[in-house]
Amino acid sequence: MSTRGLFSRVMLVLGLVFLYVPIVSMIVFSFNYSRLVTVWDAARSPTLRWYAALLHNEQILSAAWLSIRIAVTAASAAVVLGTLAGVALTRFGAYRGRMLLAGMVTAPIVMPEVITGLSLLLLFVAMEQLIGWPKGVGAVTIALAHITFCMAYVTVVVQSRLAGFDESLEEAAMDLGARPLKVFLRVTLPLILPAIASGWLLAFTLSWDDLVITQFVAGPGSSTLPMVVFSKVRFGVTPDINALATILVLLVATGIAISTLWMRYQQRRRERDLQLAAAANL
Amino acid sequence: MVRFSQVAGRRLIAGVPTLWLLVLFLIPFLIVFRISFSEVRLAIPPYTPLLSWRHGAPHFELHWSAYSFLFTDPLYVSSYLYSLKVAAVSTLWCLVLGYPMAYAIARSGAATRPLLLMLIVLPFWTSFLLRVYAWIGLLKNNGVINNVLLYLGVIHEPLALLQTDFAVYIGIVYSYLPFMILPLYANLEKHDVALLEAAADLGARPFRAFLRVTLPQSLAGIAAGSLLVFIPAVGEYVIPTLLGRTDQLMIGRVLSDEFFENRDWPVASAVAILILLLLVVPILLFQRVERRQLEASR
Repeated sequence: MSTRGLFSRVMLVLGLVFLYVPIVSMIVFSFNYSRLVTVWDAARSPTLRWYAALLHNEQILSAAWLSIRIAVTAASAAVVLGTLAGVALTRFGAYRGRMLLAGMVTAPIVMPEVITGLSLLLLFVAMEQLIGWPKGVGAVTIALAHITFCMAYVTVVVQSRLAGFDESLEEAAMDLGARPLKVFLRVTLPLILPAIASGWLLAFTLSWDDLVITQFVAGPGSSTLPMVVFSKVRFGVTPDINALATILVLLVATGIAISTLWMRYQQRRRERDLQLAAAANL
Repeated sequence: MVRFSQVAGRRLIAGVPTLWLLVLFLIPFLIVFRISFSEVRLAIPPYTPLLSWRHGAPHFELHWSAYSFLFTDPLYVSSYLYSLKVAAVSTLWCLVLGYPMAYAIARSGAATRPLLLMLIVLPFWTSFLLRVYAWIGLLKNNGVINNVLLYLGVIHEPLALLQTDFAVYIGIVYSYLPFMILPLYANLEKHDVALLEAAADLGARPFRAFLRVTLPQSLAGIAAGSLLVFIPAVGEYVIPTLLGRTDQLMIGRVLSDEFFENRDWPVASAVAILILLLLVVPILLFQRVERRQLEASR
């Protein structure tokens, strides 16, 4: 093995340690009895006391429920808008207005969040003055804001999937007399379904996780989970947040493990089908 | 008839997302731009109108006060420069750590590669806020790092790690590392190993072969990864607020404080416009790199 290969492998291991040490430390200290988060109370630990405290924390539970509702709404709407944008950008050639859409759609991904948040709030204020809607800020304005930045990510995912296969399949369906809508539903949509699914998950995660943009467009009584967590941890470490983090990490890890296994299963099935088809042709 | 409905359908498909982004992305910026030329006042909304009617005639008011305020108060200039410095240093560290990691993944066996990529992406799927928060517990005076170092006898009194530049670098590198690794991996994975073998056959040492063959080929990946880290890092709010210094704010925090604490909408808008002016070149560069990569993947 060359020394260069060794160096990059060592860096990979160190980098992974760097990525996981904070997460592991949060999980470990979530079972610590002491309120002083980082001092391990060996006599009374491990304990589930912070998990119990979490279950009785009305504020955190209702914030989590609001976050889930907003994330489902935002991800679902973003998937529709993002898919439309992705189709328009990859399948419509150089139509008028393409540059406008292409320029606007990726900008929210790199835009500093404080700017997106400020500009959206100012829009909502101006809209309320002008047309009387939306009435104040709250869950509705949060959802509108989240849809906007989430659709950018969905567009990128769908776009790269559409760019990955050529148009000949769709053209073949057209030649066979299928109407454009039918071509989309029967040919394009099944092909980009994996991209749409991962776009939805990505959008859900981004919406569920967003703090900065949400803070701008939220109102009194519409605190999402990241807002509650932020206001708690801003003034120091609190052990029940460690418990919350542990639960979230476990949920995400299980979700990713299941989806990985499912994708592997699908892949195997596809390969087996191909082999069967090849065998049948012999 | 079919032709007509097809054209209408296309207009609808392209039109809906375009209209959405016009209303919720482009117009908001025009509003920010317009408010940055107002003066703050005690009213609803808390800024002077651009156009008003006075004595039956339209009266056009354009104020530069928000901008002149930003350039005369050293607080803003130093926050801008500090944000650029923090973003640049963090991007460099991300590259130093991320490049070898992406390289090692790209050169690993086909069976382990998906697992390694999953390990890189997994933290990204868990809450960003909670991962930054985890560093408070590691870095504070009686935190894990200080306790371990004290126990080992490396230090005799706790190091002040939290609320330093170092803590902000750690936080940004930690949070944005996947954004550096993934574009680099996508680039490095496509490289033809035969080129390196050819360089070795011609007598090049591994390091020289890397400098002359691998590195030039991966410039697009370096550019994409670096811009994906640098641009959001300039406006970063959460990481410096939780981990950073209290005597030197980053510009994203300044914007938020102007808006929420001082209720000065014109100055907050002017700060936003000036951040955008700083970032417009990197953002356009990023879009160009992205477009090239998308076209190359066709």
